[in-house]
Amino acid sequence: MADALTTTTAHTDLEVAAATNLRHHFATPQQQFDSAMLGMWTFLITEVLFFGGMFTSYVVYRSIYPEAFASTSQYMNVALGGTNTAVLICSSLSMAMAVRSAQLSKYRAVVISLILTMIFGTTFLVIKYFEYHDKWVEGLVPGLKFDVAHYHAPQWAHQAQILFFLYFAMTGMHALHMIVGLGLLTYLLVMAVRRRFNSAYYTPVEMIGLYWHFVDIVWIFLFPLLYLIGDRG
Amino acid sequence: MATLAQIHGTPEAGEEVNYLNVEHGWKSWLFTTDHKRIAVLYIISITLMFFVGGAMAVLFRIHLLSPEGLFPPEIYNRLFSMHGIVMVFFFLVPSIPATLANFLIPIMIGAKDLAFPRINLLSWYIYIVGALFTLYAVIRGGVDTGWTFYAPYSSTYSNSYVLAAAFGIFIAGFSSILTGLNFIVTVHKMRAPGMTWSRLPLFVWSNYATGLIQVLGTPVIAITLLLLAFERIARVGIFDPNIGGDPILFQHLFWFYSHPAVYIMILPGMGVISEIVSCFSHKRVFGYNFVAFSSMAIAVLSFVVWGHHMFVTGESMYASITFSVLSMMVAVPSAIKVFNWTATMYKGSVSFDTPMLYAFGFIGLFTIGGLTGLYLATLATDIATHGTYFVVAHFHYVMVGGMVMAFMGGLHFWWPKITGRMYSEPWSKFSALLVFAGFNLTFFPQFILGYLGMPRRYATYPPEFQVLNVLSTAGASILGLGYVIPMIYFFHSLKYGPKAGPNPWEAKGLEWTTQSPPTTFNFDVTPVVMEEAYNYGPVEEIVG
Amino acid sequence: MTSTHVPTVRILVTIWAVLVVLTWTTVTVSHIELGPWNVVVALVIAVIKASCVGWIFMGVRFTSPLTKLFVVAGLVWLTIMILITTSDYATRRWDYHAQPWANTKDNGPATAP
Ligand SMILES: [Cu+2]
Repeated sequence: MADALTTTTAHTDLEVAAATNLRHHFATPQQQFDSAMLGMWTFLITEVLFFGGMFTSYVVYRSIYPEAFASTSQYMNVALGGTNTAVLICSSLSMAMAVRSAQLSKYRAVVISLILTMIFGTTFLVIKYFEYHDKWVEGLVPGLKFDVAHYHAPQWAHQAQILFFLYFAMTGMHALHMIVGLGLLTYLLVMAVRRRFNSAYYTPVEMIGLYWHFVDIVWIFLFPLLYLIGDRG
Repeated sequence: MATLAQIHGTPEAGEEVNYLNVEHGWKSWLFTTDHKRIAVLYIISITLMFFVGGAMAVLFRIHLLSPEGLFPPEIYNRLFSMHGIVMVFFFLVPSIPATLANFLIPIMIGAKDLAFPRINLLSWYIYIVGALFTLYAVIRGGVDTGWTFYAPYSSTYSNSYVLAAAFGIFIAGFSSILTGLNFIVTVHKMRAPGMTWSRLPLFVWSNYATGLIQVLGTPVIAITLLLLAFERIARVGIFDPNIGGDPILFQHLFWFYSHPAVYIMILPGMGVISEIVSCFSHKRVFGYNFVAFSSMAIAVLSFVVWGHHMFVTGESMYASITFSVLSMMVAVPSAIKVFNWTATMYKGSVSFDTPMLYAFGFIGLFTIGGLTGLYLATLATDIATHGTYFVVAHFHYVMVGGMVMAFMGGLHFWWPKITGRMYSEPWSKFSALLVFAGFNLTFFPQFILGYLGMPRRYATYPPEFQVLNVLSTAGASILGLGYVIPMIYFFHSLKYGPKAGPNPWEAKGLEWTTQSPPTTFNFDVTPVVMEEAYNYGPVEEIVG
Repeated sequence: MTSTHVPTVRILVTIWAVLVVLTWTTVTVSHIELGPWNVVVALVIAVIKASCVGWIFMGVRFTSPLTKLFVVAGLVWLTIMILITTSDYATRRWDYHAQPWANTKDNGPATAP
């Protein structure tokens, strides 16, 4: 790997470069920060379209099979889904606090905010696990365990599988993003404990914060679409 | 160039230090973050994949010599499917962006590297992993679904290695996304002082537009293939007609990426042609702004035309009409480019070096490929030509006659910059002519075959089509020779080619102001740009 | 990076409170029968919530016009995909309910595409 410290341009002081982790090919820390942020936003656009494929499928099947869709709604646990929504909102707040604390070089506050965010994130996944477990017990997992014969609305048992498939695909992909996010937060936590983030350099906190909020936004749409608007055609 | 404040700070011990000789050993390559070295890694990898895909083409062209065919139909199905998959996802999509653009964009805009050098290296590794999955599928016996993986055949019925190939494409998609993301950020944030948007070389413009498509389109093919894979594993899913799923939804999602993807496979080539035509006409590109914005227009329009692949699937006729009209609109920015290249040559001092020969080939063949696209965008004619060899000929005129020509042209144009050496002039001209002749002999008969009604993807055909098929196979062997000869003289040039010097073509552009090959950080001092792109001396201004 | 905006605790907590209240609202409204308006209300609230998260938590408000353009472009492309795809389904001539696997009680015979 080319070492960032072997070559610094004439404009950049070596110490500034070290404090801001400036890499050799950037002229200024500002340029590096702006590039990282634009890159992160571009990445989030790809995420929007990645989830977009599933949202498109959802819209198509919901519109052509409204009755089958309604028949699935009684299996959606609004209490758990609503709790999870609140949990994720809290995690977004603590993530935003982590970024703010890093911007102000408040080392302890960064660590505490990150730990809170991870606790909320884990809580979300635990609740999600129980929801999945219920679906498994009730035989509502298409392909693996779907009880067509005992589905309460037999005439919609087939199409309901499509909608349960979408439920698992969308929430599962969301949960996978949460798990990745928790991994990234662990990395941030280690770095924060080592006091690596301060007002001069907090790019990773800000970037992973954007990712975390994006995952929150996905859930903000999944919750009403999957849990709330089901039983009305 | 007078516009550059250049201070020479390289240590001169016998030979000048450049990105190739600065470090040695395989580690210096596999762990490099230098965009130029990564470009070289990509050139080697995609060339290998090109010959893998080409080998299958050779095999099924031999198969098609006789009406009953040489191989059993199952083998034939796998050959053409794997040819398409390897060529599209592992050659054409990365061809120019990951190689020439990777090498040139930072130099052309006066930067030391791309914005994210480590992500650039990561994208190469991701590409290799994806390629290995796909090669695994090839070795185990291949895929017989066609490169389009249409459900429910691919999800439920096919007994071939769909998962491995689809997973390979899924992985390689992220390589493409990261390349596009890197270009977008680089063009926005890494331009040298004075390098305004209106001074960007058109090659940078076209690759920026390509980057947008890669970023906006590729995630959709990723999720689509993922859903397909779930469906294949779990044997139930959203495209499964047995439970009311709609296979056409798969096509919608697939073509939402794969139509724009054909512009990933042509826009960078158009950028190359703009550079070459300007250099060898010794003239500023006619209507710079129009050419630049036509790239952006193509990128945007490409996302609203995908339904033209689905006219005969049962898509709504209202949707078909809309898609048909929108598809024809793509002809406008494409034609702007062709007309402006032609106008650039008009009254220029045109020279016929090898890159220019490829550019001529591109312009003619792309025009044929583009105009036959209009036939296919027309609802009534598409009913007759859909799924025939007419379609095959059409997209090969664009993909091979366009993109591969441009790739070869670009490689010949920048080879002295990449390697510091010149290649054999007569041999390169000879092989350029071979490629042109071989290409037309291969694919023009396929227009006629399609017009006569020969369907694509069939292992056998009626005896009356044999003459044209034999012509096509004959052309393919000439085309193959045209691709092998450059391999020989390029390798030869590495050791025996005369030194090129910084600017063998007397071209304009920042990349020609550095030494050949450039140093690791491209410029000793960040250049300051004071002039327009393609500022070729006094030009007779053509008003029009 | 001195140019970066640091949000106040006050605004962050306010946004959090708004999000919690909107979550409660959307759950409550979903229990009231509003016909097709249930979907509209749920989606409008979701859009408001997402905008709050994006605008303040993600700091779109304080970013450059370029970043704003990128965000808008991402959403426009998502809209293109959903709108054009569904427009096909909305204008097809045959009726899905007439397919053999479905309940065909009040639909006419299937018309060929
Ligand atoms: Cu197309």
